[in-house]
Amino acid sequence: MRVSLKWLADYVDLDLSPEEIGHRLTMAGLEMEHVHRVGGDWDPELITVGEVQSVDPHPNADRLRLATVNYGGAEPQTVVCGAPNVAPGQKVVFARAGATLVDGHSGKAMVLRPAKIRGVESAGMVCSERELGLSDGHEGILVLEPDAPVGRPLAQYLGDAILDLDVTPNRPDWLSMLGVAREVAALTGNEVREPEHTYEDVDEMAPANVSVDIAASDLCFRYVASVIDGVTLGSSPAWMQERLNASGMRPINNVVDITNYVMLELGQPLHAFDFAAVKSAKIIVRRARAGEHLTTLDGAKRELTPEMLVIANENDAMALAGVMGGEDSEVTENTKTILLESATFHAPNVRRTAATLKLRSEASSRFEKGLSPELAMIASQRATKMLVEIAGGRALHGLVDCYAAPAKEVRVDVTRRRLQQVLGIDLPTSDVRNALTLLGFHVKWEPPEHYRIRVPYWRTDISIADDLAEEVARVVGYDQIPTKNLGGDVPPAEPQPLRELRERLRDALAAAGMQEVITYSLTTRESLVPVVSDGDLDGFLHVVNPLSAEHEYLRPTLRGSVLQALAQNQHQRESEIALFEAARTYVPREGELPEEREQVVGVVSGRRENRWGRASDDPVDFFDAKGYVVAALRTVGVEPEFATAESLGLLSGRTATISADGVQVGVVGEVHPDVRAAYDLDDDAFLFEVSVDELLPAVKQGVAYEPLPRYPPVVQDIAVIVDADRLVGDVQSVIEQNGLVRAVELFDVYEGEGVPASKKSLAFSITYQSSDKTLTDREVAVAQEAILKGLKTKLGAELRG
Amino acid sequence: MAADTIDLEGIAERARNELDAATDEAALEAWRVTHLGRKGTVTGVLRQLGELEIEERQRIGAEANQLKNELGAALDVKLAGLKAAKLAATMQEGRIDVTLPARKKRVGRLHPITQTMREIVDIFVSMGFAVAEGPEVETDYYNFEALLMDRDHPARDMQDTLYIDYDRDGTYPFMMRTHTSPNQVRFMEQHQPPVRVIVPGKCYRNEATDPTHEWMLTQVEVLAVDEGLSMADLKGTLFEFAKRLFGQKRRARFRCDYFPYVEPGVDMAIDCFICGGEGCRTCHQEGWIEIMGAGMVHPQILSNMGYDAERVTGFAAGMGMERIAMLRHGVEDIRHFYRNDLRFLEQF
Repeated sequence: MRVSLKWLADYVDLDLSPEEIGHRLTMAGLEMEHVHRVGGDWDPELITVGEVQSVDPHPNADRLRLATVNYGGAEPQTVVCGAPNVAPGQKVVFARAGATLVDGHSGKAMVLRPAKIRGVESAGMVCSERELGLSDGHEGILVLEPDAPVGRPLAQYLGDAILDLDVTPNRPDWLSMLGVAREVAALTGNEVREPEHTYEDVDEMAPANVSVDIAASDLCFRYVASVIDGVTLGSSPAWMQERLNASGMRPINNVVDITNYVMLELGQPLHAFDFAAVKSAKIIVRRARAGEHLTTLDGAKRELTPEMLVIANENDAMALAGVMGGEDSEVTENTKTILLESATFHAPNVRRTAATLKLRSEASSRFEKGLSPELAMIASQRATKMLVEIAGGRALHGLVDCYAAPAKEVRVDVTRRRLQQVLGIDLPTSDVRNALTLLGFHVKWEPPEHYRIRVPYWRTDISIADDLAEEVARVVGYDQIPTKNLGGDVPPAEPQPLRELRERLRDALAAAGMQEVITYSLTTRESLVPVVSDGDLDGFLHVVNPLSAEHEYLRPTLRGSVLQALAQNQHQRESEIALFEAARTYVPREGELPEEREQVVGVVSGRRENRWGRASDDPVDFFDAKGYVVAALRTVGVEPEFATAESLGLLSGRTATISADGVQVGVVGEVHPDVRAAYDLDDDAFLFEVSVDELLPAVKQGVAYEPLPRYPPVVQDIAVIVDADRLVGDVQSVIEQNGLVRAVELFDVYEGEGVPASKKSLAFSITYQSSDKTLTDREVAVAQEAILKGLKTKLGAELRG
Repeated sequence: MAADTIDLEGIAERARNELDAATDEAALEAWRVTHLGRKGTVTGVLRQLGELEIEERQRIGAEANQLKNELGAALDVKLAGLKAAKLAATMQEGRIDVTLPARKKRVGRLHPITQTMREIVDIFVSMGFAVAEGPEVETDYYNFEALLMDRDHPARDMQDTLYIDYDRDGTYPFMMRTHTSPNQVRFMEQHQPPVRVIVPGKCYRNEATDPTHEWMLTQVEVLAVDEGLSMADLKGTLFEFAKRLFGQKRRARFRCDYFPYVEPGVDMAIDCFICGGEGCRTCHQEGWIEIMGAGMVHPQILSNMGYDAERVTGFAAGMGMERIAMLRHGVEDIRHFYRNDLRFLEQF
């Protein structure tokens, strides 16, 4: 809402600066976004109101003329003027040399200098709106009202400050000058001056007994129709145009401008019908018929549905109630008589109709917030008065007011105790009464507890005691409320094991050297296709109204997003990039909210760093990814197991499942070259995915301490020869099965000279230890013998000689 | 044997001269053997003492022992000097350029939004708040209706919504949650007062992005319900939070604002920590920076939860992590956070 303070001053005295008014409104809930100053750049000495005394031809140019202007100085000045509309007797804006104006061609600021134009000295200028920065209008000079006082600084005469206010959806009354004036009055302690709305009607009945029939009384609560005869269509007066412009509305003609003006002034949208279109003088407010069409004022032919409310004549819809008028009943130059509508419609219905037709208007944005039916009559009278006084019409007798169930005044009781309970302060009765009275509430105090409040009609947002607590607080100011430390019982904390595990994994992966990323939860179908199986493609959840195709699909996996994050960064460095994300994935469930699963996905790529932190020739591999998994899982107390596996999008033979306590919790593997290509990844990449939900049961709560060994270990190295495709993990688990073995460490894998073809040698360091005694050489030798025997029978392994 | 055959003076002089001449450890060891060893010159004198007269024996014995001690001490000094010189030489050779770059250790980092979230959660946890999370895909009921925004409420325009393609009787009942407030309702359904909980999580808006608007947001919701809670408690809690996060010197203020699910509703601002309230670019010359919306939980919501709204009251607040992270780190464009450029992420 744009509020011109010059206009606002009609309704309330403004004795504060625009900034201070804006500040007080902001603190009270009507936020000022900024102040726009009109004429702030106008020099009060050099730019003044002038009067054109004479206009003479230019001796050397047909298109230029010489205007002699009295600007309030000792001598009138003659200047060269190119405007076609300059004429003697006009009040104009006169700028003298040195004034800063807007250049009519470039639109930039310029300082006016004396110049010779086609041989004639010119030391001033008669200004257009564009040169004053008022609008882009440059067709001619700005002609002021005939009563503009000669010599008055223009900054005083036309200057203004326009507050741009952000109106919250609960306050339709703030979408009006009067509503803002009431607020300013309450915050400054000044009186409100309500605009005049009484008028003289003529002793002539509206023709043929205008009738209004509200057929849909659930959607229209009041309909006031007044008929104004003999209007002369033309431009509205300059002051009205100026105010409409200041409010961001385009002047159209006097009739339309008056309806808009009153809407801005009082907050009640109005509509003027060409009375000739109202067949048989009959207004019917009804639901649209299925398949009915209406061409609205914006020229669009719209198909209506029975959910929509229309204003119709005997046959056809003439307007979409509360949203927009129709072309066929529009006021034109030929209009002699108008029917002025001022009505109250069902807010949700207006909102739905406007939303369905994507047709938000100044009217619908007010109606949808809920207006009081009381306002309809006042606005009708105010507009009728202006149509009589400004558009030369005659208000015919017999205004029709169709108002079957008048709204009851809202009364709310508030106790002193409740105010204290909500606000935390026992405010003096006088403060409460004063605050509410300033805002227009009628307050009756019944000691010791009760305030009986009558709510003014324009406050459609007030219905309960706590609403009034807010009203009091915003007038007395929130600074009055004390600051208290939170006391009372602290509720018992509930464990959040899933969240805690996810956070611990985040910490562990960062500690291991990975960078956390956060990517968007919604993505494109294309980015999901390479990382989900064909069968799942159709089941994707997606958004029906995405703003951008980039963010349409709810991801069932984080893999695509993390690979994209890698792709975005791969050209920045050749050395290792290790990224991970911990986030939700979404799995559809029929008829229910999707299941949201916590996943952690990491990816590693690039080359290892050398002594200098630069990329070496040594690329990262599968075991780097595996290393991060092991580090993270061990940090949360889980010893992961790995087994050869296949997984979509990962390279066969270079992929493993990750298990904990025998349950699969994830996968790790090399990204398939086709998938890499799909994400424009140049280098090999290795990815892991861990399901936090699956991992949770394997996480041990509270690690039990194991006593430090009291007896010395015996460490022995052995090398065994096995088939080249034998898994090290299998060999290792056979060794670990021996009861005396405390630890097994692989320290070499060798194939080549000295080892038979298609065999490999594995060297293990085995630690034997007992918790009961010091082991003898013999006991160790027996254990090793047993291990070797087991390896031979189970895996065909031979001790390497 | 006679005393005059023992030339203690001569032995002493020779030993002293030879010690001066010795320059390495080997020469010193040879010197020690020659003079102080089992068959050394001084030891030899001491051995011969038994053959002397008692008076001679005492005199020469004393002198010889004195010489032995003197030479032993001189040897220790010489040895220590040599050792020190050797160490000095080693240190000289072993000098390193300490300004060479450190051997690089991989350092991973949490995303700045995670870091901000952690700090905020920690502050509220220390005030006795529990942490709960809720679904990111919500029903119309929890996201709007239970928060007093029925289907036609104009306040729905404040939160442009992404609806999920799941059609139920011509409407879309599922959506990406637009705020973390639905979890107020979910939590209260499951708990009786006193309630003290925060809800961190992602939210989504159907909004075009620009330097100050992002369509995916991370919020923290704060909720407390108990007997005797008023705006004074809300003020105390939030002001204390602001001080812990932005510094003890910060001042905070409430201004009236509207959210359908609180009454009264406010917006909390802190005085600008860049200019201290004078007005600068960070605060858009206002001197104050709004950081969260808050208010007293609407009594209708408490009643709908089966609470006695006459007896218990509650307060709620909600804030965006991105905005707070932007303010604290001077980030000028919100879109940096989810672009995941390492050059950005590695600064935090």
